[in-house]
Amino acid sequence: MMQQHNMLFAGGTVIDETGERRADVRVREGIITEISSDLSAGDDELVDIAGCIVAPGFVDLHTHLREPGMPEAETIETGSRAAALGGYTAVVAMPNTDPTQDCVEVVEFVSKRGREVGLCDVRPSGSITIGRAGTQLTPFADLAAVGVHLFTDDGSGVQDEGLMRRALEYAGELGVVLAQHCEVASLTKGAVMHEGECCSHLGLPGWPALAEELMVHRDIELSRLTGSPVHLLHLSTARSVELVRAAKADGLRVTAEATPHHISLNDERLTSFDTRFKVNPPLRTTADIEEVKKGLLDGTIDAIATDHAPHPPVAKDRPLDEAPPGMLGLETALGVARSHLDCSWQHLLGAMSWRPAKIAGIDDQHGRPIVVGEPANLAVIDPDSQWEVDPSALASRSRNTPFIGVGLAARVRHTVYEGRIVVRDGKATA
Amino acid sequence: MTLHFRSIEEAGTERIHRLLDLTEHMAAVGRRPNPKVPALRGKTVCNLFFEDSTRTRMSFDLAAKRLSADTMTLAVSSSSVNKGESLRDTVETLDSMGVDAFVVRHQTSGVPWQVAGWTPAAVINAGDGWHAHPTQALLDAYTIRQRRGIANDFSGLKVAVVGDIRHSRVARSTTDILQLLGAKVVHVAPRTLLPPTSDVATTSKFDDVVGEVDVVYMLRMQRERMGAGLVPNGGEYSRRFALDERRASALRPDALLMHPGPMNRGVEMMVDPTELPQSTILDQVTNGIAARMAVLFELLGSGGIEE
Repeated sequence: MMQQHNMLFAGGTVIDETGERRADVRVREGIITEISSDLSAGDDELVDIAGCIVAPGFVDLHTHLREPGMPEAETIETGSRAAALGGYTAVVAMPNTDPTQDCVEVVEFVSKRGREVGLCDVRPSGSITIGRAGTQLTPFADLAAVGVHLFTDDGSGVQDEGLMRRALEYAGELGVVLAQHCEVASLTKGAVMHEGECCSHLGLPGWPALAEELMVHRDIELSRLTGSPVHLLHLSTARSVELVRAAKADGLRVTAEATPHHISLNDERLTSFDTRFKVNPPLRTTADIEEVKKGLLDGTIDAIATDHAPHPPVAKDRPLDEAPPGMLGLETALGVARSHLDCSWQHLLGAMSWRPAKIAGIDDQHGRPIVVGEPANLAVIDPDSQWEVDPSALASRSRNTPFIGVGLAARVRHTVYEGRIVVRDGKATA
Repeated sequence: MTLHFRSIEEAGTERIHRLLDLTEHMAAVGRRPNPKVPALRGKTVCNLFFEDSTRTRMSFDLAAKRLSADTMTLAVSSSSVNKGESLRDTVETLDSMGVDAFVVRHQTSGVPWQVAGWTPAAVINAGDGWHAHPTQALLDAYTIRQRRGIANDFSGLKVAVVGDIRHSRVARSTTDILQLLGAKVVHVAPRTLLPPTSDVATTSKFDDVVGEVDVVYMLRMQRERMGAGLVPNGGEYSRRFALDERRASALRPDALLMHPGPMNRGVEMMVDPTELPQSTILDQVTNGIAARMAVLFELLGSGGIEE
């Protein structure tokens, strides 16, 4: 385990939930110990961050770490490193591992391995159903007792309405949140890409927007019925955003996330037949992109989540119907989001840090205001950096980024996790 | 950059006109007492067929041989492909044997584009998924040109493409080439067998167009679609969309009746088309060799096509 650093971040601008101010930040033994303008470093290491932003570390609600089960795609170590490089101090690990995160043993393995690696806070989610098979509920209370807050069958939606209703009723009293991958499976058999003009042209089986929207609508109504919270994963369509907006206006306990790729890439990318652009839910139309962005800007969509989904070349170098869906996201999320969302830094950082921290139930450690006494989980951002992804330099074990050759704005310079510099000058320190 | 032949759209108007003219030359070569020319001597053509298609494969093979190319064939149904070896591994392995052109057939759209990313060789699309079958389109257009005695201007020509448009690479490519040459195309199918969106005119009333158009292009209706809930049953499909006696007699005398083969007799074809003077079906098979020779020669040839 790396030593905690005593250091002074000097010359930056602090942005957190409470606002924005010029201030130097002193970190000692994992805690923010002093905040003021023009502090002197003294015995502490001076880190000059003139022109940079100091923000609470990011929280990803949607990370596939692939361990246990698929070490050729990613491990908790490589995924944690990618997260740290992206400015994340916490990630919610999706449950579609092998074996599934549906029991205490697997969940504890992931937590423990995350702590051993020590590059960010790895928070395993649990599946809603055993083996994500959609038939039998996982032991929510047992898993909540070992720290699981978010449950999802991500990768597929819970198809059975009756089962989903029971799951919400049962989960409600435990204070945990169920998150849904919204996809009515009978409408997406064999689907490779968004159903529309482009798929018609390319002769690829389509994934209609309706398949997402029907389940968004269903789960909003189930939340209304049960009073339990629902988190809607990776929303991709204009109508989904509209449904969530109306649900929030009704005061329902509905939260939602959107991914960087669903606000930046449209379905026409598939005309290259490049499997890096195959993702689930699929890349949608430009009109959908605009509405998802509006949803993020007006707060209908609470959080930016990566759906970081590593796949090795041997899996992606297959025909489009066989290649698994998914793309990398952790190391590029900030740059893509900043390039495509026209909003204040505070609003953007809220979508990446304190709002997802609340949804994940980890807002006692992450997304905190930057004030004396708080844990030092921080991201230092160079807002003026212009950069391009070098796939060979990615920390992730896989290379399936769709953002090769795309100019990105803003980059994470340093990441501080539990008072340790885990990323320094854009490079992982361990 | 390597030149490929993967879709009509990608090839563009100029190349399509040139290829149609070249197809005519190749058809003439095919009528010589000795139809073999040395044009591609020393070149290697690899047929990479991941989907059963004896006819197309043999047509390409014969086309390459008539041009004196060496050919090799890998025919695997993809279910039998070793899951440990990726498509990329397969292509790279064959490529290192020294291949000048890959002729690729795959049940998934886009594979010829992926293959082109893994080899410096030219790639010819012999049919990918529901997407494109550009050599079929070329032979279809050439057959119309030959039978009607017209050049590469198809304006004024009305064509009905009938059947399972949604799942048909032939419908997509042949529609593309006919529109590119100026013809007017109408797709005749129930909504369930049309693509989700389309900018081509559509109708589900075959009877309204069968006696009007210059070309009736019947598509193969695959029997497995019948059980997939796209149409209630084969009988109803045939009653609405097959060429039966009544519709055959409604064909204009100067119309052309086309089919890419193989026909599903008793499904989309209730009559024996060989007895209809309008049928071009055997011409299409013959012209397929010339069209494929034209494509191979365009991509790999350098000299002439003399004996």
